[in-house]
Amino acid sequence: MTITPDGPLLLPGPVEVTLPDGPVVTSRRFTVALCTCRRSRIYPWCDTSHRRRTKNAKETR
Amino acid sequence: MTGPALPQPRGDLSAAVIAALSSGDTALDSTPPPTVDPYGDDLQLALYVLYELHYRGFEGVPDELEWDPGLLAVRRALERPFLAALRRDVPPGTSADEALDALLVEPVGHDDSSVSHHLQRDGELWQLTEYAALRSLYHLKEADPHAWVIPRLRGRAKAGMVAVEFDEFGGGRPEEIHARLYADLMTDLGLDTTYGHYLDRAPAVLLATVNLMSLFGLHRALRGALVGHFATVEVTSSPGSRRMAAALRRAGAGKAAQRFYDEHVEADAVHEQVVRRDVVGGLLADEPHLEADIAFGVYATGLLEDRFGAHVLKAWRQQQSALRTLPHGGTERKSP
Repeated sequence: MTITPDGPLLLPGPVEVTLPDGPVVTSRRFTVALCTCRRSRIYPWCDTSHRRRTKNAKETR
Repeated sequence: MTGPALPQPRGDLSAAVIAALSSGDTALDSTPPPTVDPYGDDLQLALYVLYELHYRGFEGVPDELEWDPGLLAVRRALERPFLAALRRDVPPGTSADEALDALLVEPVGHDDSSVSHHLQRDGELWQLTEYAALRSLYHLKEADPHAWVIPRLRGRAKAGMVAVEFDEFGGGRPEEIHARLYADLMTDLGLDTTYGHYLDRAPAVLLATVNLMSLFGLHRALRGALVGHFATVEVTSSPGSRRMAAALRRAGAGKAAQRFYDEHVEADAVHEQVVRRDVVGGLLADEPHLEADIAFGVYATGLLEDRFGAHVLKAWRQQQSALRTLPHGGTERKSP
């Protein structure tokens, strides 16, 4: 598996994840991105909520 | 499988191309006038129609015309001013990482210049429906133009690209091909899912976003730009899709409409990682001289997406349609 610097944990799929309160969720994707920042709205999967936020994102490009 | 009907011309260039396709007489003067607007309706439609020969073609147009030397010469003559305008209008060269890093930053709160931000907060159902109709010109062939780059990649870049494309094409399950999920979304919104149905209604700003992918995909010389373009799409898709899913939920669209964007929130968070690390990283390791082209692909995509977004938001803020009005006497073709 791969630990990304400030993003998800990357695992080869498919994976089964047991959540803290018991239920097991599965992903059949070829690579699975597991949330490590705990901000994801689709936890345990990454939804890019770890991204840095700025007042003027557009101006950086 | 029959293709869509040829569209209505929007000027001399597109009229000549469409007439050539209908008649089979492809001996055309291939030089567009020097005053041609590279982003305008006439050139963009002519180019769109010529590119479409490489996808599904048009009803009544022989498949063999895809490789007709006369039409290919016209295509080349139209691509040149488009590509020159893009190279002129993107920011001066940076590294691929710098170009992509700028996309990894999300704005705090509402972004006035973003279509998905607008739709999430203020979007009305008719606006979501218009947006879906316009984007259908790409999403009904989602990931197709990117498949052309596969034979031009090697090793890590190729393996990563194919893995992501496999996901785009449903991972072996036809009902999960992203283009199919998009058709389901369109059905939910009461739109016609016939391939190419909304071509006549799509303004040049939208056609240019699709032509960009075809241009980058068809030219091996632009493989770096195609990879930069693909990385841009994957990097920006996940947060944008979350806003779109929220917008559809708020507007009361059906389950299938939400499903398309929900799938992209999760899938593209993975794709972003694979494309950045393996496809961009692999290509740079293999062919470091393509660095500037990758950055060009990122910036050109951003430029055309910004132009499209500005057009759509301007129309909606005036309570007007972002779709083209059909020329006099024209009525929208309804399929049975």
